[in-house]
Amino acid sequence: MSAADASKGDAPRTPEAEGLAEQLREGYRLIGRSPVKVDGPAKVTGATRFADDLSLPRMLHAKLLRSHVAHARLVRIDTSAAEALPGVVAVLTGEALPTSFGILPVSQDEHALCRDKVRFVGDPVAAVAAVDEETAFEALSHIRVEYEPLDPVFEPAEAIKNEIEPIHDYGDDGNVHKRVSMEFGNVAAALDESDLLLDHEFFYEGNTHLPMEQHATLAWQEPDGRITIWSSTQTPHYLHRATSKVLGLSPSRVRIIACPNGGGFGGKSDPFNHEIVVAELARRTNRPVKICLTREEVFYCHRGRHPVHMRATMGFRKDGRITGLHFRTLLDGGAYGSYGVASTYYTGALQTVTYEIPAYRFDGVRTFTNKPPCGPKRGHGTPQPRFALEIQMDRAAEALGIDPADLRLMQLQPAHGITANWLRIGSMGLGPCIEKVVEGSGWREKRGKLPRGRGIGLACSSYICGAGLPIYWNAMPHSGVTLKLDRGGGVAVFCGETDIGQGSDTVLATCVAEILGVDLTDIRVTAADTDLTPVDLGSYSSRVTLMVGNAAIQAAERAREIVARTAGKTLGVPGNRLRFAEGRVFDVQDPDRGITFSEAVSQAEAEHGTIATAGSYTPPPTPGRYRGAGVGPSPAYSYSAAVVEVDVDEETGVVTVDKVWIAHDIGQSINEMLVIGQVEGSVYMGLGEALMEEMTYRPNRFGVHKIPSLLDYKSPTTKEMPEVVTYLVTDPDPNGPFGAKEVGQGPLLPMMPAIANAVYDAVGVRVDMTPITPERVLKALEREDRRCAPKPLPDLRIEDTVRIKTLAEGGDGTSPRTGRPTKESTAP
Amino acid sequence: MTVASEDGARPTADDPRRKAHVILRVNGEDHEVAFLPHKTLLEVLREDMGLTGTKHGCELGECGTCTVLVDGEPQLSCLLLGLQSVGRDIETVEGMAGADGLHPLQQAFAELGAAQCGYCTPGFLLTAEALLRNDPQPSRERIVEELSGNLCRCTGYLKIYEAVEQAAAARTAPGAGR
Repeated sequence: MSAADASKGDAPRTPEAEGLAEQLREGYRLIGRSPVKVDGPAKVTGATRFADDLSLPRMLHAKLLRSHVAHARLVRIDTSAAEALPGVVAVLTGEALPTSFGILPVSQDEHALCRDKVRFVGDPVAAVAAVDEETAFEALSHIRVEYEPLDPVFEPAEAIKNEIEPIHDYGDDGNVHKRVSMEFGNVAAALDESDLLLDHEFFYEGNTHLPMEQHATLAWQEPDGRITIWSSTQTPHYLHRATSKVLGLSPSRVRIIACPNGGGFGGKSDPFNHEIVVAELARRTNRPVKICLTREEVFYCHRGRHPVHMRATMGFRKDGRITGLHFRTLLDGGAYGSYGVASTYYTGALQTVTYEIPAYRFDGVRTFTNKPPCGPKRGHGTPQPRFALEIQMDRAAEALGIDPADLRLMQLQPAHGITANWLRIGSMGLGPCIEKVVEGSGWREKRGKLPRGRGIGLACSSYICGAGLPIYWNAMPHSGVTLKLDRGGGVAVFCGETDIGQGSDTVLATCVAEILGVDLTDIRVTAADTDLTPVDLGSYSSRVTLMVGNAAIQAAERAREIVARTAGKTLGVPGNRLRFAEGRVFDVQDPDRGITFSEAVSQAEAEHGTIATAGSYTPPPTPGRYRGAGVGPSPAYSYSAAVVEVDVDEETGVVTVDKVWIAHDIGQSINEMLVIGQVEGSVYMGLGEALMEEMTYRPNRFGVHKIPSLLDYKSPTTKEMPEVVTYLVTDPDPNGPFGAKEVGQGPLLPMMPAIANAVYDAVGVRVDMTPITPERVLKALEREDRRCAPKPLPDLRIEDTVRIKTLAEGGDGTSPRTGRPTKESTAP
Repeated sequence: MTVASEDGARPTADDPRRKAHVILRVNGEDHEVAFLPHKTLLEVLREDMGLTGTKHGCELGECGTCTVLVDGEPQLSCLLLGLQSVGRDIETVEGMAGADGLHPLQQAFAELGAAQCGYCTPGFLLTAEALLRNDPQPSRERIVEELSGNLCRCTGYLKIYEAVEQAAAARTAPGAGR
């Protein structure tokens, strides 16, 4: 795989492009190594400016008044006393901002401030801008809000009954936001002919991102009336859309600058009410306005992991082969749409990409409830089903007397194949991943053989490298990069990507530096500024490395081509013999014959004028064309396998994870240190989800968050973090930049089921719920069936299932009913 | 509150909006600062002195993000009043790098990827700095213990341990400048 191959469809290959292809074949100088990341020194000196680190002269501070009732009609808001308070400059209510917004075109169900109703405890109803935070805070207590309480609903099993006034006036019916059902192949027949039928229910608890940085936004109206917003957002492009829409301004008059995020994990991917509120306050007051949410408010913003109630009905033959899978999910969406339609599809999309499943059916329902809205958290909609699926694989292995590793290895989804639900797989390194963790952990010597109370568990997973379709369906690129070469040898790179700590600035710079043969320190990255940088859709769906990387390669190739043509003439060397390395351009057959990169740029500039190039990336078309096919397709899929060793105290029920072996199919590392950092961070976050993290609410009518603080919401500290052994599997994907795939989300996925399977190995109980708390372990130990499981899944009232023929059945990727793609936009 | 402000004006309960005017010693230099008496050291550093390297994650003393050194000890600056810090030696992340470049801990954090988003990093750096001053060659167990009050959501802590160990080795290596 060479970079030149990555930008297929370009003009016919030139000698200079051949030179680049050969340069890359000879070995990478930067790709796959571990230089300090480009923003590393700024991060360790406190020089990085996060959103709340910014301030402007005459800046006002904003605070939001949030609803203390879960579901109510807003009767009246009296802000007069607050307005009269000295130091208060502006007070805003929902009247001021009538236009709705939301991340998905199909769920434009939010207002910057509530207008007719409040839908959860924490929903904002009014905003104050004052000379300082204390005054703004005090002013909130002078706002009188009259609510007319409505019956709230907190559980999906209740919401689906539609017995209360619907939370929203849209959706599939009542409080059912979305209902999906699709079948690929004949699942009933497949399950009928199975030798082993597993049918179990699971519950995966909701949890939150908990980035260390509280969300903050600063807005300013420039003297010419334009609005500039600096914010801790992972998706400046979508904030740009939402702000322009709600403020009624042309997008050309709104500028979004995403500050480096102090952690995101999906929690800063929606356009937020507070971001739009400060923009409006800045406009009204003609002064800069900043808001920084309190930690408690961050819990109300949420958009985290959906609690999902699941049922996995799965058939196996005696030899271990899967015959079919019927998977049902019921999602607790919380009070707003957010990414929820996509989340719903994602609870059914990726079951098929690890093991061959010939017949597959998915039924999913998302309900609205009067709780903080759920959305995308690291793994978006896929950790929940993966938890269930990998536990079913463990159960099947035991029932059939097959080693769980072998059961998986015998039926891996083939590389470059098409799954039952029409996802096209690229490179597929799960086999080597399993082999590495099995060997490294001593799996075969330990499984079933450790002393009672100690256990070992295995699980696998896969994740997308970017959604194949954009949120707003259009034919434009998903990512763009522009480059400007300076006579002094510096390279300015502009891209809409947003560094949330994952290292995307470094990935961008590394791809450019590799091709131009310069040092990372010669590259200056300008990112995430809608006025200056080409659009990148955002830091979500693990899309950045693949899409930004490919766009960067294309821009750099084009710049290299211009410089190489002039340098070839100057040096009298054919283009295919030119090499760009160590800040020089030289003849590969006579390395002394060369000039510095800066000389080469100067000469090229003299010949061609200012050297600036652009690159862009659009994912390849997807084979699935049925209704709902928009979620799941990706240019590539990463794979992970994990083995964990645990200790289970049968007296207290406490589960301790002692060691983790994890292998990840990265395709090709761009920066290996950053890849391993993402793997370790995923292990950490998965550990928290498996054992302790949960969003819980008062089990009464009030729906108040029980633990909206960093102390009470339990997350792993240094003391819970086990030793982690990481293996990287390199299996370059034809669609990846230099073959690279994602690592930000995938390695989280196997952790939760691996821990559940290890608990079973240790003490023989199945905890089919997260988090695997001591109470649940003890409950399972006490029960005759040795299991802790949720209540039965309520009837999802599926009336209409879209049936799509699989490739094996001779299908063409369409559903008979439509026969063509639909325009429902449901990506990422 | 027994601390008198420098100009003798003492903030009083009936005039909470009167600023205290004091000298704070931060990173080895005296700074004349005026701030409202109820402000925390965190707020004074960030808002009144422009030292935004010190971050906040909860402002309730739960996450360790705002850790600074006060008389050499790690303290949560969100739980300490600015006025309580008068006459004490305050060290923040801005004071770590010198004319000769990054502090060994900063160097190690950057080299080993111990800072991902970098938001919790200043707090970890200062907590680790206090540890290394007291125990130049700490065991892994000691590092885990001493850093257990600082939360990080990105790294899983492992690279942070390695960075502290690398910095410890660099400091005690022959010829180490610091």
